[in-house]
Amino acid sequence: MAFTAFGSNNRSPSNKPRRTGKVVIALLAPGLAYLAMFFLTPLFALIMVSLETPDPAGGFAEYVPAFEFGNYANVVSEYLPHILRSFGYALAATVLALLISYPLAYFIGVKARPWPMLQKLMLTLVIAPFFISFLLRTLAWKQIFSNESWIVSSLQDLGILDQTQYVVGTPFMVIFGLTYNFIPFMTLPLYTSLERLDTRYLEAGSDLYATPAKVFRKVTLPLSMPGIISGTLLTFIPIAGDYVNASGDFLGSSSTAMIGNVIESNYLQINDYPSASALSVILMGVILVLVSVYVRKSGTEDLL
Amino acid sequence: MNQNLPEDPQLREIVKSALAHKVTRRAVLGGAMATGAAALLAACAPGGKSELTPATDVSDSDKSLIWSNWSLYLDVDDAGNYPTLESFQTETGISVTYREDFDDNDSYYGKVKDQLALGQDIGADITCPTSWMAARWINLGYVQTFDDAEIPNKKNLQPAYLGESYDPNRTMSLPYQGILAGFAYDKKAYKDATGKDAPTVVADLWNPALKGRVGVLSEMRDTVGIVAMDQGVAIGDANSLTEDAFMNAIDVVGAKVSDGQIARIKGNSYKDDLLNGDTIVAIAWSGDIIQLNAEEGYERFGFILPESGGTISADCFVIPMGATHKKNAEKLMNFYYDPYNAAVLAAYVNYITPVVGAKEEAVKLDPTLADNQLIFPSEEFLAQTQGFRALDSKEEQSFTKAFQKIKLGA
Repeated sequence: MAFTAFGSNNRSPSNKPRRTGKVVIALLAPGLAYLAMFFLTPLFALIMVSLETPDPAGGFAEYVPAFEFGNYANVVSEYLPHILRSFGYALAATVLALLISYPLAYFIGVKARPWPMLQKLMLTLVIAPFFISFLLRTLAWKQIFSNESWIVSSLQDLGILDQTQYVVGTPFMVIFGLTYNFIPFMTLPLYTSLERLDTRYLEAGSDLYATPAKVFRKVTLPLSMPGIISGTLLTFIPIAGDYVNASGDFLGSSSTAMIGNVIESNYLQINDYPSASALSVILMGVILVLVSVYVRKSGTEDLL
Repeated sequence: MNQNLPEDPQLREIVKSALAHKVTRRAVLGGAMATGAAALLAACAPGGKSELTPATDVSDSDKSLIWSNWSLYLDVDDAGNYPTLESFQTETGISVTYREDFDDNDSYYGKVKDQLALGQDIGADITCPTSWMAARWINLGYVQTFDDAEIPNKKNLQPAYLGESYDPNRTMSLPYQGILAGFAYDKKAYKDATGKDAPTVVADLWNPALKGRVGVLSEMRDTVGIVAMDQGVAIGDANSLTEDAFMNAIDVVGAKVSDGQIARIKGNSYKDDLLNGDTIVAIAWSGDIIQLNAEEGYERFGFILPESGGTISADCFVIPMGATHKKNAEKLMNFYYDPYNAAVLAAYVNYITPVVGAKEEAVKLDPTLADNQLIFPSEEFLAQTQGFRALDSKEEQSFTKAFQKIKLGA
């Protein structure tokens, strides 16, 4: 909602020629300078590094500036499974987070309206996990699902898992961790849009003999769309680049490495800066394309 | 004119060239910016690697020292103090800042690489990379040459540690502790799972009953080294450890990672997995396992060298070019090459001490230590170990890339 303040400003066009010059530029200058300094410059540097090539005369991990576009083809062919896996996990975790958050946000924002204290308490509970470092919380999950834990041994005794199957290090565990860690980012935007839902529309719907399911589909869902869109964007984008949950030190293993882990390992461990940069550019590009298609398809351009 | 010049060499060049042009207010926006930009470009240009020169040693006026080291690598008492380091401080009057921030060779290098290359202070006057990493620093000219007169105890070093190819006279790196890698296993869990007492060959790690409970080190030279030795490769010999031989070993590890036999490829943090039972058997470092047993209060874990041999390496003291307390650092090395101090240290950290005479001192502390092969290995014991050969930069790039792909499951 706040976004619309930027976009649909339909003041009369006759105002246009008025003072477009110096004042506007002066007012914009700090913002533009900030963007140029902290967004465009690093982005440009990143792209330049992604095109570097190994120094033929140099030692380990020394590179010289070049225009080696082959770097992009190389990383895509080498790490395609990781790229696909990242977006697969991100999609799964986003959908799960939406399915869990929607009823929760609906309850807090609509059903709990008569009890403001309860609303506030529940919102606090949604945010409460943020009071503990998310690394600690993720490590705690690792401990809860560790191979010797009673959860895993019960699952094994029940025959749900084989005796040599475990939970930590599996895609299930990583998606679980991603969903868990990003649920608040889904719940809060959903809550803000559901909180404003005018319940008289719902009454009108049932007065007109619509089933509850139909009321939800025709009234509640469309009205909460802005919340769904911003919630899914706020979860999908960071999840696609997340490298903590999938890392072997936390919930993942070698077979769950996501694109963030590949970038981290290329950059910090084997100092292959061009590959790491090329992957970062690709990650950014893919997210940009996916998000703009998504926003266009869902017909909510005025959100951006 | 020289006051307040920035410490960073690149900035200093820019400021100097700006000053040399006698900047007037009017010229600031035009000329000086252009000069500055030119200097910046020149400073950033890669070509013409100039040789680095050691930073000015201020040890005589500033009795301080920053030592950056691996964790669990210095004796600690119950109060969290370091007894040997404290006696060094009282003996010399040098106050030491001890940091346990060396968690992994590659990531530490990634962190300080740019400062090293410019000869700047990396925030540590002395640090202890593993020998292959020390070799890289020496080859790139990133470290200072010691003044042997300040390290008279160097004569106490085991001859085996002298005469490395990358530093024949040990004038730029000196061993801190020798490290063995072999198999660590949870005695009871291993017996329960396999019916055997201890793993003896690499094939024991591939026992189906251990699926998902095997860990290996993220240190390529130890993990791939042990597997290659199992395949009959002499890992210290360039004719035997060829690129093909290395890739054969890598393929075995890779296959075991992708079929789920190996669940974890980790650095120091493998300890947690052994403690919580996630890992039953692992390729691990000897001293860690003994310290884990001490923590547990009983001999829960065993450490054994594979029949085909374990790997041996050493972490080495080096003084980066930008370090400003070289003489203090040399005194520190000299202190730890005193047999008594070396004995106290080794008895605590349980790694191989490089110091002759430490054994005799250790016996005075605790007679049982003398038989500890992991601290004072015999000739026969050492014959079961091999050191990974030096790699040239091209090999290093392709080997580490191949190993990294396994870590990422590609």
